[in-house]
Amino acid sequence: MKSLLLHRFAKPVLFGLSLLPSCWLLFAAIDNHLGPNPAEALVRSTGDWTLRFLCLTLAVTPLRVAAGMPALARFRRLLGLFVYFHGILHLLSYSWFDMGLDMADIAKDIGKRPFILVGFSALTMLTALALTSFNRAIRMLGAKRWQQLHRLVYVVAGLAILHFFWMRAGKRNFAEVAVYAAVLGLLLLWRWVRRMKKKPL
Amino acid sequence: MLIQTRHDGFLHPVPSEITSRHIYQDRRDLIKLMASGTAGAVLASWASRSGLAQSDSPRAGKLAPLQSVRSSLPGAVTMEKLTAYKDASSYNNYYEFGTDKSDPAQNAHSLRSSPWTVEVEGLIKKPARYALEDLLKLSVQEERVYRLRCVEGWSMVIPWVGYSLSELIRKVEPLGSAKYVEFVTLADPKAMPFVGSRVLDWPYVEGLRMDEAMHPLTLLGFGMYGEVLPNQNGAPVRLVVPWKYGFKSSKSIVKIRFTEKQPGTAWNKAAANEYGFFSNVNPGVDHPRWSQATERRIGEDGLLTRKRKTLMFNGYEAQVGQLYAGMDLKKNF
Repeated sequence: MKSLLLHRFAKPVLFGLSLLPSCWLLFAAIDNHLGPNPAEALVRSTGDWTLRFLCLTLAVTPLRVAAGMPALARFRRLLGLFVYFHGILHLLSYSWFDMGLDMADIAKDIGKRPFILVGFSALTMLTALALTSFNRAIRMLGAKRWQQLHRLVYVVAGLAILHFFWMRAGKRNFAEVAVYAAVLGLLLLWRWVRRMKKKPL
Repeated sequence: MLIQTRHDGFLHPVPSEITSRHIYQDRRDLIKLMASGTAGAVLASWASRSGLAQSDSPRAGKLAPLQSVRSSLPGAVTMEKLTAYKDASSYNNYYEFGTDKSDPAQNAHSLRSSPWTVEVEGLIKKPARYALEDLLKLSVQEERVYRLRCVEGWSMVIPWVGYSLSELIRKVEPLGSAKYVEFVTLADPKAMPFVGSRVLDWPYVEGLRMDEAMHPLTLLGFGMYGEVLPNQNGAPVRLVVPWKYGFKSSKSIVKIRFTEKQPGTAWNKAAANEYGFFSNVNPGVDHPRWSQATERRIGEDGLLTRKRKTLMFNGYEAQVGQLYAGMDLKKNF
């Protein structure tokens, strides 16, 4: 297992796998396979995949510690960047297919609707994390400050759930929101418990 | 010996060879028109019957045909391109069968639309229980092509079959005290997997003001695309109020009640700040979470097409605007 994780193809394979959802969406969009309302399907599935990659990214550390597989840490950045990638696709789908790339309209929409503002804030924070994700940034910021900055991902997780909850609130359709909230909640709870016990991660 | 390996008896025409609905519909209309022009009403009904007896569209041909005449009511037949039957019958909001728009088409087969009765009660002189067969015959079935605007920001163009709800209302003779009409829909937990979920209060109840219910455009619908309604579209009898957001048009109606007080309606009870009692299509009043200024026409507006402008009262302002004269529509959304 360990040698598999450390294999030089492990990262490229994970990279390829992570590209599959968006490739499939692109193919389905071109092939007209997204159902009667393709725009809505694209906006929603890119949002779903952002949340899924966020869950995966935040699962790396608990899994690494629980399973005693330090090698897992190699994949955290790659997964984190795919959170950002899907978040950007989500914003692009919304701006393009829903708002017709009308910047004034988009700006108005962000200001006017709290749930869009929340989503947009989360993505802005992710931008800061993505921009400081390379090794030299860690050295430039200092490990401690870099770590503090990257704890923003917990805020992002909260905002992402709030965004999704708010989106579904009008239709009171919370089943899926509850699943993501439970997964993210557990992953954060695990960290909190470790912190209380003063065990290093 | 000749062995036809490539012919498996399962050859289909390519899509481009299938006559599209609007073309053969035009042909039928022409036949009807000729018949009524030359041989009068008798021939007209014969022609329309033979028109309906012709092979139906490959997708729409699943259900029993429902005869109708084209409505002559002003505004009742838009000339816009019809939404494909497949889209209209597979992209639905019918929460009793699931909250995803593909759920109703998958789950609604469990709905038993026959036998069916509709109770009409409340502030009327002649309360009655109508069997579906009697309701079907109560007035002439008309085909009306209405725009449908969903509160979620998408729209369709659907050829409904039915008659004005006012035909039924006149028969039951409302009292002077009747100010509202309430529509109660089926809530059968055995047939409907989501009845019992806490998404909405069941049964799904909708309501109209008396003058709205009496407006000739308010349709008591029994069919669409020349056939009886598919379950997911509200079989066997539903309401269609084309100038209001789609959720006002309740499906699978079991009870119609005349009341003095404004009925509590399903979405209004769920989120009063998002869904008003009137819920008239209004591009000037946004939903709290999205704009209502534009809409996407299902099946027609491509991904990169800009959404089209939503029209006041969904384009029926000339017909229904006077119902709301002097009302603050921002307050009464």
